[in-house]
Amino acid sequence: MSNQKVGVIGAGSFGTAVANILANNSNVLLYARNPDVVEEIRKTGTSAGQKVNPQIHITNSLEEIAHNCNVIFPVVPSVNFREMITQLAPYLHPYHTLIHGTKGLDLNVEDTRSDINRQNVKTMSEVIKEESVVVRVGCMAGPNIATELAAGRPAATVIASPFNEVINEGKRLLRSDNFQVYGNSDLKGVELCGVLKNIIAIAAGIVAGLELGKNAKGLLISRGLVEMIYLGRALDGEISSFIGLAGIGDLVTTATSTSSRNFTCGYKLAEGKSLDQVLQEMDETAEGVNTIRIIKRLADSQGLKPLITETLSKVLYDNMSAKDAVDLLMRYPGNIDIDFL
Amino acid sequence: MKPTGPDYVKKRYDQVYPGGIDEWPVVHLSKNRESFVKEVAKHSFDKIKSITPSRAALIEEIENTLFREKLRIKRNSWAIDPPDEGDFLKSVEAKLLEISNLKDESVIDEMLDSVLNEMVFRYADEIAGNFKKSRYRMARSIATFGFARLLNASRARGFWSIFSTKYRLQDKIHITGEVEQLRTLTQKGTIIMVPTHFSNLDSILIGWAISILGLPAFIYGAGLNLFNIKILAYFMNSLGAYRVDRRKKNLIYLETLKAYSSKAIQKGCHSLFFPGGTRSRSGKIEKRLKLGLLSTAIEAQRVNYQMGKKDGLHKVFIVPVTINYNFVLEAPSLIKQYLRLKGQERYYVENDEYSTSYKIGTFLLKFFTKGSDISVSIGKCMDVLGNYVNEDGKSFDKHGRIVKTEEYFTQDGKIVSHNQQREDEYTRMLSDRIVEEYHRINKVMASHLVAFTAFQMLRKKFQKLDLYNLLRIPDEDQVIDYEEFKTVFERLLNKVYRLKEEGKLNTSPFLNQEVDKIIRHGITNVGMYHSKRPLIRNRKGGIETQDMNLLFYYHNRLLGYNLEEHV
Repeated sequence: MSNQKVGVIGAGSFGTAVANILANNSNVLLYARNPDVVEEIRKTGTSAGQKVNPQIHITNSLEEIAHNCNVIFPVVPSVNFREMITQLAPYLHPYHTLIHGTKGLDLNVEDTRSDINRQNVKTMSEVIKEESVVVRVGCMAGPNIATELAAGRPAATVIASPFNEVINEGKRLLRSDNFQVYGNSDLKGVELCGVLKNIIAIAAGIVAGLELGKNAKGLLISRGLVEMIYLGRALDGEISSFIGLAGIGDLVTTATSTSSRNFTCGYKLAEGKSLDQVLQEMDETAEGVNTIRIIKRLADSQGLKPLITETLSKVLYDNMSAKDAVDLLMRYPGNIDIDFL
Repeated sequence: MKPTGPDYVKKRYDQVYPGGIDEWPVVHLSKNRESFVKEVAKHSFDKIKSITPSRAALIEEIENTLFREKLRIKRNSWAIDPPDEGDFLKSVEAKLLEISNLKDESVIDEMLDSVLNEMVFRYADEIAGNFKKSRYRMARSIATFGFARLLNASRARGFWSIFSTKYRLQDKIHITGEVEQLRTLTQKGTIIMVPTHFSNLDSILIGWAISILGLPAFIYGAGLNLFNIKILAYFMNSLGAYRVDRRKKNLIYLETLKAYSSKAIQKGCHSLFFPGGTRSRSGKIEKRLKLGLLSTAIEAQRVNYQMGKKDGLHKVFIVPVTINYNFVLEAPSLIKQYLRLKGQERYYVENDEYSTSYKIGTFLLKFFTKGSDISVSIGKCMDVLGNYVNEDGKSFDKHGRIVKTEEYFTQDGKIVSHNQQREDEYTRMLSDRIVEEYHRINKVMASHLVAFTAFQMLRKKFQKLDLYNLLRIPDEDQVIDYEEFKTVFERLLNKVYRLKEEGKLNTSPFLNQEVDKIIRHGITNVGMYHSKRPLIRNRKGGIETQDMNLLFYYHNRLLGYNLEEHV
């Protein structure tokens, strides 16, 4: 067992929550990009509205993180992920282990190109492997609402990696009385679960905002899972992970919780606000917005038909009202219930 | 037929080891054969013990092996099998029986260990090659001389031409790619050469290429069935081959085989694996590699680090190689086997074109008198994780930063112990990298591209048909209008050029001419000596095939580049 410090990159609400959980078992280094934020966390002892464990050391230097930690948890929004990894990469070595907690996708082409394919859309683990020499990569996914974690309420997560040692290390570092950790070798599948469920979470916010009731919510969750599996397959993922904690588990939580960011985003859209307004009112990224944009572009150039995603895209970018979107979905000719098992 | 183009290497190379054959690692190995076999047995013994931690598991493994071996002797015995095999198995059986009646646990363990020891030692001794310098020199000169004679006789025509020296083998087989780097690194580390495998000719070709490049002999695993044939056994023994018996699938044998390869690499023996396992049945470049032998490269590298051997002198380098043919003699039977297997037929009899010395003779004759030009592309050297290395053997990541390979095996600056699951994953990653490199160094020949274009055009025209029905469309439907063909061909050709610019594939110099010429060259050369040709021009100038299966086979070579999107 190594007594080294553990690094967390990103002091948003989830990053802070992860750092606090890790601090139960280890010394933790928490990185924040903005020097002012570092100062403020040091001064106030709180980050993203959570009390920060006094054992946690705050830093502004990626070099310091890489130099002192064998295991690093990057938890930054997907739009900043590649940039962060490129800055970190010169300090990384093959012995490092990276377990990320970012539920988003990376699109590595200019905004104008229309012929994009799977090669242009990367999961975060793929970004890590592309930009750095690190091979022992994993992800952390599951129903982990930051505020509940911060309050120490019971929860669990999935650590996915093809390397057993990464899973074991993740378990050793994160496990506590109130926090259970499961292992899964299907890294890409688990990443896609976390990414794709955010789309459905936005839709769930809309359903709640329009007060459509519990039947509608059940309908959405089940059709949403079917769409997640459909898209997961198109992105070359295995589908078995979708019925696990990171798939259905996370989907139910995010689609029913008012404190989820993506849900909140949908809820505000249902109130008739425009995307710009919504984004302005929220202080942290709703990954689902970015995911919908990327999946829509991929779907257009690959001939995919993800019904819910396409409809949401119209709400976000083409001024379709939330109500019209629901009508459109409800009028869509009936389908086969299950056609993927 | 004269090949042109600056990238074709045709020169004489000095021996890499100036001291000659006595400096070759394989010579050291064979001098100390006895102690080496013991080392291999020890290594394999330890590994098997770690895989079978409980006594019951070990007994089960030994019983399992015993059962399978008895079955093999009964059902599938070969002339080369040692005569005392049956007796040996009986003695193991007797000892197991004795053990089952014992009470004292320490005696049981002792006896079990000695049984296992006998078994692995026997296997190790059977696998070990028997390299002989004098034979190697002889075999090399016979091969070079003989091939050169045949070549001249077939090219220049006329009886006296058999003494002509106008053509050398290098006129027929072009070696291209990172030759100098390979030669340099042969002296700085241990090379694992991993070629694609399309034809039985491959091992002869690679053996020849290794010798012509001035490299020392490489060891490689050759199927035991080949040792049944006296003339081949003679050559292979002398070329550093060790024996791989594909009938033996039991854990004890497989671990011993891996131990042999791993130990030999640790001793600095340059090795050759065909990581695809067997010849590609479909004509596709291998997508899935056999991980067993490949894992020994990673294991050997880790052991070297554990023993304190730092990068620089004991680094293991992986060198992907592709062999590019216009014509694969055994294509008709290979593709038949592929289609049968894919068609889920229960039985298939492997039709071996190489089962007797006579057949090999006629094959070589056909190759030298008829076969069209062949090129061997040597890829860039990589470390065992698939990072490129430079002339000094230093590894670099994709962004040009130096990577210390040992850090894949360290934590907090110390070499971490053996972790099988990690190394299995590393092996998978290495395998992916090798496949990627195959596609990158693969030389697209005109013949491949015409076959690809024609087959994909037919596939598009008959979209509704599945593969099996497509392969059976009537003759009149197989004709393609020349102008249509040319349009599509040109589109694909441009895509190929673009991929080349992006460094994703390589092309034959024949692809740098006018389109009509390229097409003509391709059609003339694709599978040129099959009795039924994959592609011909018919009387009206259209393009048609005489054998859809063969067209499919040669077309498959260019799968994996997404070229089909542009048809």
